[in-house]
Amino acid sequence: MKPVTLIEGPVAALDRANVDTDQIVPKQFLKRIERSGFGEFLFWDWFREPGFPLNRIEFHGAPILAAGRNFGSGSSREHAAWALQDYGYEAVVAPSFSDIFRSNCTKIGLLPVELPEEDVRELIERAPAPARIDLAEQTVTLPSGRVATFDIDPHVKERLLNGWDEIALTENRMAEIEQYEATREREGPNVLTA
Amino acid sequence: MRKTMFEKVWEAHLIGDDLLFVDLHLVHEVTSPQAFEGLRLAGRRVRRPDRTLATADHNVPTGPGRPDELSQAQLEALRRNCEEFGVRLYPLGHRRQGIVHVIGPELGITQPGMTIVCGDSHTSTHGAFGALAFGIGTSEVEHVLATQTVMQTRPRTMLIRYTGQLGVGCTAKDMILGTIGQIGTDGATGHVVEYAGEAIRGLSMEGRMTIANMSIEAGARAGMMAPDDTTFAYMEGRPGVPEHFASAVEGWRGLTTDEGAVFDQVVEVDVPALAPQVSWGTNPGQVAPITGAVPEPGDESDERALAYMDLRPGTPLSEIAIDRVFLGSCTNARIEDLRAAAEIVRGRKVASTVQAMVVPGSVGVKAQAEREGLDEIFRAAGFDWRGAGCSMCLGMNPDILAPGERCASTSNRNFEGRQGKGGRTHLLSPAMAAAAAITGRLTDVRELV
Repeated sequence: MKPVTLIEGPVAALDRANVDTDQIVPKQFLKRIERSGFGEFLFWDWFREPGFPLNRIEFHGAPILAAGRNFGSGSSREHAAWALQDYGYEAVVAPSFSDIFRSNCTKIGLLPVELPEEDVRELIERAPAPARIDLAEQTVTLPSGRVATFDIDPHVKERLLNGWDEIALTENRMAEIEQYEATREREGPNVLTA
Repeated sequence: MRKTMFEKVWEAHLIGDDLLFVDLHLVHEVTSPQAFEGLRLAGRRVRRPDRTLATADHNVPTGPGRPDELSQAQLEALRRNCEEFGVRLYPLGHRRQGIVHVIGPELGITQPGMTIVCGDSHTSTHGAFGALAFGIGTSEVEHVLATQTVMQTRPRTMLIRYTGQLGVGCTAKDMILGTIGQIGTDGATGHVVEYAGEAIRGLSMEGRMTIANMSIEAGARAGMMAPDDTTFAYMEGRPGVPEHFASAVEGWRGLTTDEGAVFDQVVEVDVPALAPQVSWGTNPGQVAPITGAVPEPGDESDERALAYMDLRPGTPLSEIAIDRVFLGSCTNARIEDLRAAAEIVRGRKVASTVQAMVVPGSVGVKAQAEREGLDEIFRAAGFDWRGAGCSMCLGMNPDILAPGERCASTSNRNFEGRQGKGGRTHLLSPAMAAAAAITGRLTDVRELV
């Protein structure tokens, strides 16, 4: 994973609430066994509707996507995060995210930024006016120059800033896991006899 | 310190302050290939194959014929990966194959107090047994395969207390649809929900699973219910349960929330006030009682939903004609769901304008239903009786809606295009789906009982 530090540039606006992962990547594209190349499937049906906001030429190439609340709800498909990143987004800013989608984003270095409704509103209304996201400082500089702050889990932040591989981090704690298995592990399901 | 059930399970599995040991990892074909590939590239192995089980469900065909080429490649990848990494697999054609959230409980490997994860959001289903069960993404699937742990931020807790008893014709599905309608599709985001109250205790395990299953549709990280005698009676004798079952039961009894334990949020749901529910929009929070009408749009999201669903405010829900009926999915394809629908269907005929199908949740459910003669009831009425799988719940297989088709569906999501591009989904209970099949329109099942 590439480290995430500063993200700066135009904002693309999708002023819709409850954007579910079925819209972000429809199911017919989940049959692929590869991890790359999902950008072309992003919002597959919506991009084919007249007037879909992200079709606006001034939104093309924007590194920041601003959207309505409860972004990424529904299915756990990480393909949704892969598609947004592969399309070119480096951060998604919304008033709220679904839990699994938010987690999926942080695993691949796509930054989910939760800001108050009024700050997201400014991004959407001024889009494509540029914004600047500073993960270390946990700030978003809005088009008006006003600086908004956001919360992020400190473990997640550290991992993103350094681009660390989560599995490698956990493997460094294998002694702790072995200790758990030796002393606290509960009886398992009989998977092999079931 | 008085603790909630969630806190007990969480603490029993916590390593350090952010790693959770995983007791059971369920795997399916769609969200695992990239995870196995990641292991292969890094030279890692599956750390605990004894706590890992795979099946094929999402893209398997439920009728005659072979899977399409891409689905076949994905099923083949699962077979190859399970063989290479030593993971037990129930593939298409196996007597234990089925929807991953149906077979876990059916095999007795879903147990109280466990942590259970799967690369599927409806993993919350297993919480009906008092397990902490939640969906994860493919990167996390890889992390669990490699380390048998998952990195987590501690969620908040929410109690949803159901007061009063269910009325005639109302089911667990109506309880959860009504709940999501009340709190919204993000009403429980960031929380693990505990469902409690006499209406929950009065439900069978199938009913409890329906509710836990749709926790994610309210945004919840997971949903849990206290294990009780209903739970233990369901589990006893299943192949995966502990050898010393009685002593295991004694341990599980201690998992309930302590008297006076504090939740971050408490919600009350008035159960007797619930009529059978049906969704009218494109998210599971857009629901109304069948006795009601299509509502006036409250915001842009509602307007868009009404346009997609081709519905006008004020239209009585019971006047909406349907083209298809889907009885299936990890929400409602267990034996009791099939029995409830068969009860309505018995001696009646599917309307001539409707194409109806039953897709049992597993090969085991299908066999049980056939032993009980339910397949004959459905077939005689004109239902298509299919093989096990996710089927039209998400249409990753040949079972899909055509553009513009309207479906009464026992599944969990009415998102745009979910059951097929341009398809229109109305979520409801198995009994309500059966009633709709008979009359050809959304129907209050209480008129048919």
